[in-house]
Amino acid sequence: MNFDFSDDQKHLKGEARRFLEANCPTTKVRVVLNDAAKAYDEDLWKAVAGQGWMGAAIPEEFGGLGLGHLELCAIAEELGRAVAPIPFGSTVYLLAEAIMLAGSQMQKQAILPKIAAGEIIGALATSEGPGAPTASSLQATVSGGKLTGVKLPVTDGDIADTAVVLAKENGQAGLYIVDLNGAGVAREMLKTLDPTRDAAKLTFKDVPAERLGGAGEGFDLLQQIHDRAAVLIAFEQTGGADRCLEMARDYALERYAFGRLIGSYQAIKHKLADMYVKNELARSNAYYGAWALNTNAPELPIAASAARIAGCDAYWYAAKENIQTHGGIGFTWEVDCHLFYRRSRQLGLVVGAPRAWKERLLSQLERRNAA
Amino acid sequence: MDFSDTSEEAEYRETARAWLEANAPKEGLKPDRTGGADLDHHRAYQAKKAAAGYAQISWPKEWGGPGGTQIQQVIFSQEEARYNINSAYFSIGLGMCLPTVIACADEATKKRFVGPGLRGDEIWCQLFSEPSGGSDVAAARTRAIRDGDGWVVNGQKIWTSGAHYSDFGILLVRTNTEVPKHKGMTMFWVDMKSPGIEVRPIHQMSGQKGFNEVFFTDVRIPDSQRLGAVDDGWKVSLVTLMNERLSIGAGTAADSGAFIQLAREATIDGESALRDATLREKIADWYVQTEGLKHTRMRTITALSKGQTPGPENSIAKIISAKQAQDVGAEAVDMLDQFGIIRDPDISPLGGLFQDQWMAGPGSRIAGGTDEILRNIIAERVLGLPGDIRVDKDVAFKDMPTGR
Repeated sequence: MNFDFSDDQKHLKGEARRFLEANCPTTKVRVVLNDAAKAYDEDLWKAVAGQGWMGAAIPEEFGGLGLGHLELCAIAEELGRAVAPIPFGSTVYLLAEAIMLAGSQMQKQAILPKIAAGEIIGALATSEGPGAPTASSLQATVSGGKLTGVKLPVTDGDIADTAVVLAKENGQAGLYIVDLNGAGVAREMLKTLDPTRDAAKLTFKDVPAERLGGAGEGFDLLQQIHDRAAVLIAFEQTGGADRCLEMARDYALERYAFGRLIGSYQAIKHKLADMYVKNELARSNAYYGAWALNTNAPELPIAASAARIAGCDAYWYAAKENIQTHGGIGFTWEVDCHLFYRRSRQLGLVVGAPRAWKERLLSQLERRNAA
Repeated sequence: MDFSDTSEEAEYRETARAWLEANAPKEGLKPDRTGGADLDHHRAYQAKKAAAGYAQISWPKEWGGPGGTQIQQVIFSQEEARYNINSAYFSIGLGMCLPTVIACADEATKKRFVGPGLRGDEIWCQLFSEPSGGSDVAAARTRAIRDGDGWVVNGQKIWTSGAHYSDFGILLVRTNTEVPKHKGMTMFWVDMKSPGIEVRPIHQMSGQKGFNEVFFTDVRIPDSQRLGAVDDGWKVSLVTLMNERLSIGAGTAADSGAFIQLAREATIDGESALRDATLREKIADWYVQTEGLKHTRMRTITALSKGQTPGPENSIAKIISAKQAQDVGAEAVDMLDQFGIIRDPDISPLGGLFQDQWMAGPGSRIAGGTDEILRNIIAERVLGLPGDIRVDKDVAFKDMPTGR
């Protein structure tokens, strides 16, 4: 029994941390935050591509490193810790996973090598307004190989080259690969809670669309893609939550109030202990998700749901209580706390809110208990 | 990352499984904690384990143990768990008291106690807590005064699990009141049948009687029963408490299965309670916590199998599981609406399991380290935050303010 990352994987994680400390200090995150027109850090994106991270889990025959998902999890944790302002999740956790999961040999050959080389940015377009889309609410339509409809919001939709779009065709929901650089695509950049991760409104009018997977499999595939992405995002959440705990602890060890370190007050100590407990639970659930993802285990839907629920809970708690521990200074633009506060909510919503995942977990448990 | 055994681990598991198949009581073993006839069954099985090298597997040979590894202990416990066996009668002695005796006593004393302890012939209790000090163990007032080649002890201990059926105990007493409290205590081992020891059961709010008060009236203890140096008892007690922490990792988290079963059968607004959205969200949260603890334990076991020592991270298990048990109990009782006020094993669903859990909740959040103390431990030992500002560190024990 070995429920831990291997020495090689830990080494990779250490390398990733050093790389991001050098190439992605929060001053770089702030450049994206402060410039409304800047969607992501292009230099960092190129540098990350140079490391081969986009292709970590992509097989060698499609231009990737062919390492595996555990390696990708290790990288994800470090990207989360660094609040990296790049479209890594949209491209790697969503687009690449979607293509690897359901793509034909031709689709894989067309798209995966470009992802691995850092040549394209991806997106997954599902939402059409408030609430998660359902079979009855879905409006976007494919007819005669052409997509028409509106997707709102699409994370990284303003910069993506290729999107996987949820739409219906002959009344059945399916996923479609769409080139966003072609004619008929209108993009409108949106204002977001976390401007270091952009989103857009995409309007499609008769845009060529190629189906990914079978007809009518749209929601089923989407769920499988979400499961895979949820595990990877859980590692980003764990990384971010751990960083919040470190910031709060460091501040509690330097700030004096009423003649003593604030870290000596139980009100602060217990808050940070609770943060630690939630972070450990999130990490352990994420590890189990990583195992399920890497081995493609039948437990993946349950493991991914648990990883997502624990990851959302831990990051949200750590992000808000980090600000609380800092007091007034934590509420200023200059202190980094809000970068994590923003990102915790962005990651907490990007593949669906925890509420939906809890319901999904319960249905899975009921199914398992019935079996 | 994988969940399979190494070939040596698999071999050990196979042997343990075969042994259990032949020797474990098929009807399970649950202690009723009376120390009566039921104890004989536990002793018979414990003696078999000791003879086969399955009692305290990781105890080194020089202690009289089998000299196995921590991971072998984990494997055996996992396999034994299938038989619904609870060895609570022996766990305090083997997990905490005897390691303390072994760490401090001379060869002859070790030899005298290790064998009978492993076989379950002798049971131990831990006499630390007092009415004047629950979380603050070093506030102990029970007094030992030197008298020739021995000591005379007067005072009272409390919350002593199993004192009513224990043969021996380890006892923390005040030997010096002129120095600050941590510097004036001494540890002894004591025969529970010594004249002057009186054990009285505590009637808990849940109705059960699992703990005791132990009164000491002019109890004579020979100096040869001293563990560690005079006035050095606090350091000795840390050995005991460290062993308590090591054993916490073996604990198990709650299973959401029973709650889901109850929710399926109960109704809210004419529908199965399991369809209630609020309840579903709560069950999901509990499940995720329980899974988190389970996998945290896997990480601990992995560390053990690599020869590392698990740290105080284990404190998270009880913080989560005790509060969760109380919350689950409350929710389960509420789910029954007015019917929930009934606490009768013949009428209440699942034999009143959740009513009992609700009643036991406050105790679980206090025993073995309160929620608050456990948070302090995490804050100080894991996160490195400062200890509380102390007003009792440099004051002679006799000058310390007390409530009454």
